[in-house]
Amino acid sequence: MTEKLVIIGNGMAPGRMLEHLFEQAPGRYAVTIFNAEPRVNYDRIMLSPVLSGEKSYEQIVIHGDGWYIDHGITLYKGHRIVAIDRGTKAVTSDHGVTESYDKLVIATGSVPFIIPVPGKDLPGVITYRDLDDVQAMLLAAQSREKAIVIGGGLLGLEAAAGLALRGMDVTVLHVNSSLMERQLDPAAGYLLQTELQRRGIKVICKANTKAIIGNGRVEGVELDNGTIIPATLVVMAVGIRPSAGLAKDAGLAVNRGIVVDAGMQTSDGDIYSIGECAEVGGMVYGLVAPLYEMARIAASHLAGDSKPAFVHSDTPTKLKVTGIDLYSLGDFADGDDRQEIVLRDATAGVYKRLVLKDNRIIGTVLYGETADGAWFNDLKKKAVDISEMRDTLIFGQAYQGGAPLDPMAAVAALPDDAEICGCNGVCKGKITSTITAKGLTSLDEVRAHTKASASCGTCTGLVEQLMSLTLGDAYNPKAVSPMCPCTELGHDDVRRLIKAKGLKTIPAVMQELEWKTSCGCAKCRPALNYYLVCDWPDEYADDYQSRYINERVHANIQKDGTYSVVPRMWGGVTNSQELRAIADVVDKFEIPMVKVTGGQRIDLLGIEKEDLPAVWADLGKAGFISGQAYAKGLRTVKTCVGSDWCRFGTQDSTGLGIRIEKFMWGSWTPAKLKLAVSGCPRNCAEATCKDIGVICVDSGFEIHFAGAAGLDIKGTEVLGLVKTEDEALEHIVALTQMYREQGRYLERIYKWAKRVGLDEIRRQIMTDTEKRQAYYERFVFSQTFAQVDPWSERVSGKDKHEFKPMATVGFNQAAE
Amino acid sequence: MGWYPIGDISDIPLRGARCVKTPQMNIAIFRTGENEVHAIENRCPHKGGPLSEGIVHGNAVTCPLHNWVISLETGKALGADEGEVRVIPVRNEGGRLSIALENVMMVAAE
Repeated sequence: MTEKLVIIGNGMAPGRMLEHLFEQAPGRYAVTIFNAEPRVNYDRIMLSPVLSGEKSYEQIVIHGDGWYIDHGITLYKGHRIVAIDRGTKAVTSDHGVTESYDKLVIATGSVPFIIPVPGKDLPGVITYRDLDDVQAMLLAAQSREKAIVIGGGLLGLEAAAGLALRGMDVTVLHVNSSLMERQLDPAAGYLLQTELQRRGIKVICKANTKAIIGNGRVEGVELDNGTIIPATLVVMAVGIRPSAGLAKDAGLAVNRGIVVDAGMQTSDGDIYSIGECAEVGGMVYGLVAPLYEMARIAASHLAGDSKPAFVHSDTPTKLKVTGIDLYSLGDFADGDDRQEIVLRDATAGVYKRLVLKDNRIIGTVLYGETADGAWFNDLKKKAVDISEMRDTLIFGQAYQGGAPLDPMAAVAALPDDAEICGCNGVCKGKITSTITAKGLTSLDEVRAHTKASASCGTCTGLVEQLMSLTLGDAYNPKAVSPMCPCTELGHDDVRRLIKAKGLKTIPAVMQELEWKTSCGCAKCRPALNYYLVCDWPDEYADDYQSRYINERVHANIQKDGTYSVVPRMWGGVTNSQELRAIADVVDKFEIPMVKVTGGQRIDLLGIEKEDLPAVWADLGKAGFISGQAYAKGLRTVKTCVGSDWCRFGTQDSTGLGIRIEKFMWGSWTPAKLKLAVSGCPRNCAEATCKDIGVICVDSGFEIHFAGAAGLDIKGTEVLGLVKTEDEALEHIVALTQMYREQGRYLERIYKWAKRVGLDEIRRQIMTDTEKRQAYYERFVFSQTFAQVDPWSERVSGKDKHEFKPMATVGFNQAAE
Repeated sequence: MGWYPIGDISDIPLRGARCVKTPQMNIAIFRTGENEVHAIENRCPHKGGPLSEGIVHGNAVTCPLHNWVISLETGKALGADEGEVRVIPVRNEGGRLSIALENVMMVAAE
């Protein structure tokens, strides 16, 4: 029996917890998440780069919608939980959704602290907490007017730097005498202030806000000394408070945060709490590393392992403002029992301070040069007695005996348990051993397997150096990424060499291009099979064992091992005789689900594999052929009713759509290809988010391409305008052939177009008549081999073995 | 334990698989590029995907549902995933294949 796990909050901590949980106890829980924010899990640490324009929202998404679907998670976006009923074990959202739980995880995070001054609620006063805040700041920044940031801590300064980069005139008000006083000593705080001022950001320390003034909207801030600073935007970044109200209302033990034990359990054994809202060992946390540690521990407990316990450890702080290197860790207050080592280089803007107690490092502040942070952290963590190297300690690891080391050697010299990624608590040994054990060759793979550099990304350089050290010359970050682990060659090289060397079978490609495996893998074989089908349509014998199951049996496999079948409906047009035939098939084979698809056809779901040939035989008698709804090939051509019926239609869009579909069906392409033809710019066939689309206008046919409406959403680009249907067909076919010949396997047309360049595509298809005609003719030639209905082939007995078991044994027979 | 004949190696495509039904479970019979024959439970340890429908490469198969790679020799998931399926003993006598099933199945036998 799966248990019901409900999570309140969809931030980074619960996201990480689920990753661990799915790894440790796959299938144990049915998960439901309520997210007060209307979106998926994204990397909050990276909001500052989004604000400054160095990253986009899409780049900081941790779990896209697909992840939730893959793991069967029900995600309520924009639902705030208003009540927890511990008696009935259920939660209720503000939209009235009630969900019961076996286990509940409260991960409500924190709320920004709003200083209680007059005017705090005026429009134009915002906090800095989530993507909505960033968007509000970006909107305000368009005015390029004056902004005030209240709070000179980590978050406030990142906001200030981002707003300044966006062109605003920024003043930071800080109540303390020195910036980031919790992480920096006054000397480093001064250097930071100087650098910010050099960038045009004004900093006022010891500034006590008395009121926010304005008439219906923010106009400025008044300090308690009477100074008035004008501004149209005020960002409050003075701190955060654990968001524990909901837990308190439910009667759970709440102190500063929701009180949990070292196993993340609240005072109710079925309720856990993690993240910024949780208080463990009397501490609440705001940096990501301890929050991820909470996530790891909660996951273990939910998976049934109650051993792991949360232990406090210091986390280094880094400021994410490009060009300012700052690192701080541990305790650096002055004290009688403490000594310090300080290095200052005013010209270079470098300040380093180590705080020692009993010859051991207890605190580190580095400004301007932070490369040795990991090493100092390591010495601190292991409590190494530094008396031997005390004289040269501050110069860093490179100076401990011998000649100065290059940065690479410094990384090489780090011990295996030195922490590389602070956010995720990943040490050097874990990274290097995983690279070796799993044969990782790219940064993305290392991130996937170890999580190192997968959060704030400041350790990316270190991780890349470790990859170079471990892999030697095999790692070249700028090199093309290979098709798969079976070869060093990228897709483009393989395609080029197939043509250049005249390679016409998969074994020939693997032999000549020195494949490292005997018969490839599930990544390269389908790609090679496509390349060969595309390049040698008349000579290559399609290798069905190198095709994905859907293309091998010409139906779509479903989660339970049954298949779905979609017959072609030209241009989305059907009639009573076809519908009757479908209805008869549904009855005869007791097909459990009949669904209309987005591509204007009918999907029959839940068909047993053994029944497929018989289903196709009946459909075939009614004139249906395969809709290739499973193919990396031409899928549908969606149409509207056009000038035949519609009072706005300018051309016969239905007729053109059917003509295109009849011309192009059966062709294989690098990834699926979906088309649409709309009869007028009202665009009822939604042609402007398709791989290729046509918008009919009075003067002819506007051809569009490179749209997307799946994982990515993207409007199409205009290829050009042509006058006649014949021309439209020729241009669309030529474009498809160009994509067929150049696309990388599984690369959708919009990604190919981005790589090749829109202008180049327009030049070859719209301007270069000779090229266009050559593409067109190669497509037509290829179609003479491709337009064979795979269903009727199988009805006549092809690949019989695919559709029935080899044997049925043990039911009523004795062993030999 | 008894040996049950299931057919000839030529019934299985090279680098392909066929399915054998038994009272306890479905079994996937694989024929590798090197003409080796392996039998494992036809159920991916991840989400129960039919392994006999996967792409066969080397001595492994990639599950069609979510691309887990399962070793045909050990039944264990390869790469970053963890899990395993039952391996069923298979005998190849000059192309004639039989698999060993546990005696518990004899209950159903006549």
